[in-house]
Amino acid sequence: MDLTHLVKRFQKKDEKAFETLYNMYAESMHGVIFNIVRDRDIAQELTQDVFIKAWNNSHTYSAKKGRFFTWILNIARNTAIDKTRSKTFKNSKKNLNAQFFVDILENQENLNSRMDALGIQNFVKKLANKCIEIIELLYFKGFTQKEASEELNMPIGTVKTRNRNCINELRNMLNVNS
Amino acid sequence: MNEKEFIESGILELYVAGALSDQENEEVYNMLLKSPEVLSEVLKIEASIISLTAMASPSDPKYLFASVKEKLGLSNQVVPIRRPKNRWMAYTGWAASILLFAGLIWLFNQKQQLESDIQTVETEKELIEVELEKTDQKLVETKQILSIIRDKNVISIPLTGQAVYPEAYAKAYWDKDNDKIYFDLQGLPTPPSGKVYQIWSLTLTPLTPTSLGTIDDFTKNENKIFTLENIYDSEAFGITLEPAGGSESPTMDQLYTLGAVETNS
Repeated sequence: MDLTHLVKRFQKKDEKAFETLYNMYAESMHGVIFNIVRDRDIAQELTQDVFIKAWNNSHTYSAKKGRFFTWILNIARNTAIDKTRSKTFKNSKKNLNAQFFVDILENQENLNSRMDALGIQNFVKKLANKCIEIIELLYFKGFTQKEASEELNMPIGTVKTRNRNCINELRNMLNVNS
Repeated sequence: MNEKEFIESGILELYVAGALSDQENEEVYNMLLKSPEVLSEVLKIEASIISLTAMASPSDPKYLFASVKEKLGLSNQVVPIRRPKNRWMAYTGWAASILLFAGLIWLFNQKQQLESDIQTVETEKELIEVELEKTDQKLVETKQILSIIRDKNVISIPLTGQAVYPEAYAKAYWDKDNDKIYFDLQGLPTPPSGKVYQIWSLTLTPLTPTSLGTIDDFTKNENKIFTLENIYDSEAFGITLEPAGGSESPTMDQLYTLGAVETNS
């Protein structure tokens, strides 16, 4: 079924469509959230929260504003970041700043993912260091292009082209170009 | 900007990341509607990002969906495998509750019925006891009467009917030792209202009547045996019908019965 139709049914509170979308994106959101909070239990809880928010706020999504994936990715990142700003979380977790998603990938034991452990480690080695940071900021952390350009201390145009090259590299490794 | 330049600019990667402004997002959206090539490129970028982010997931969250639905109060398919069992158990539970409740009501009704039955039986028992007591009382009275009649010291005096009511008869049993006299008035008609029988002791020479009393409870007394005191040396007894309350002297034309004491006894 095509995505546009699926999303429309989801917005009409079709539970089957909801489940399909969940299966499409839940693991991805779980990864993004876990990368931010670095706690398995919290990540599980927040992943559920994200889909609960998505269901309750489905009417606010509009294709004009962006991809459905992007919409739910935003909810996931905001939910996780809100959590890291809460007092209880701050007291228990410290020093998350220096970590990148590649740390997770290097220590990955998740056999459900689309690559086996060896493939993931090869992938991390191959992915250029300059790409890791920019992918982290734009996809995992939700920086805008302006914020990313400030964080990386490079012009917006450079951010765009470098990111494009990095994603191309990623696509090659994942074979999603065909 | 043509399609290729648009794709090469890197805007689509930022579009998927959600890093563009609202205006840029709409621009890309319009481009997607026009160009299948741009759409295809977006889908590929999106697929690669979905894969990458999924790789950072420490576990497969598929099983969490049940919990999401539960938290949203959605259609109960929380644990699909166990559901029929739960339903079955719920139905059984309800059925059992209803049966139990019905059983309790039945028991309660039974208890009420039994209590009512016991009450009825107790009332009947009380009535029977009263009857029995009455019978006992009658028996005692009858025995007493019998013992009086049989007593050799008690003098029996028959009183025969007189002109006013020839069918009338009565009997007196005089216990001289105890100054008591018993009149059996079964042979007298029931007196009309406002009238009572008055019993007289008579001495014959000269003829002197002395009232022993009136029979005020004639109708009430079932065995029609009345006890009176007699301290006199009576020679005969007479019974007259008098106005209620009795008279000073007997109304002779209302003399019902009369009998003399046998001198040889």
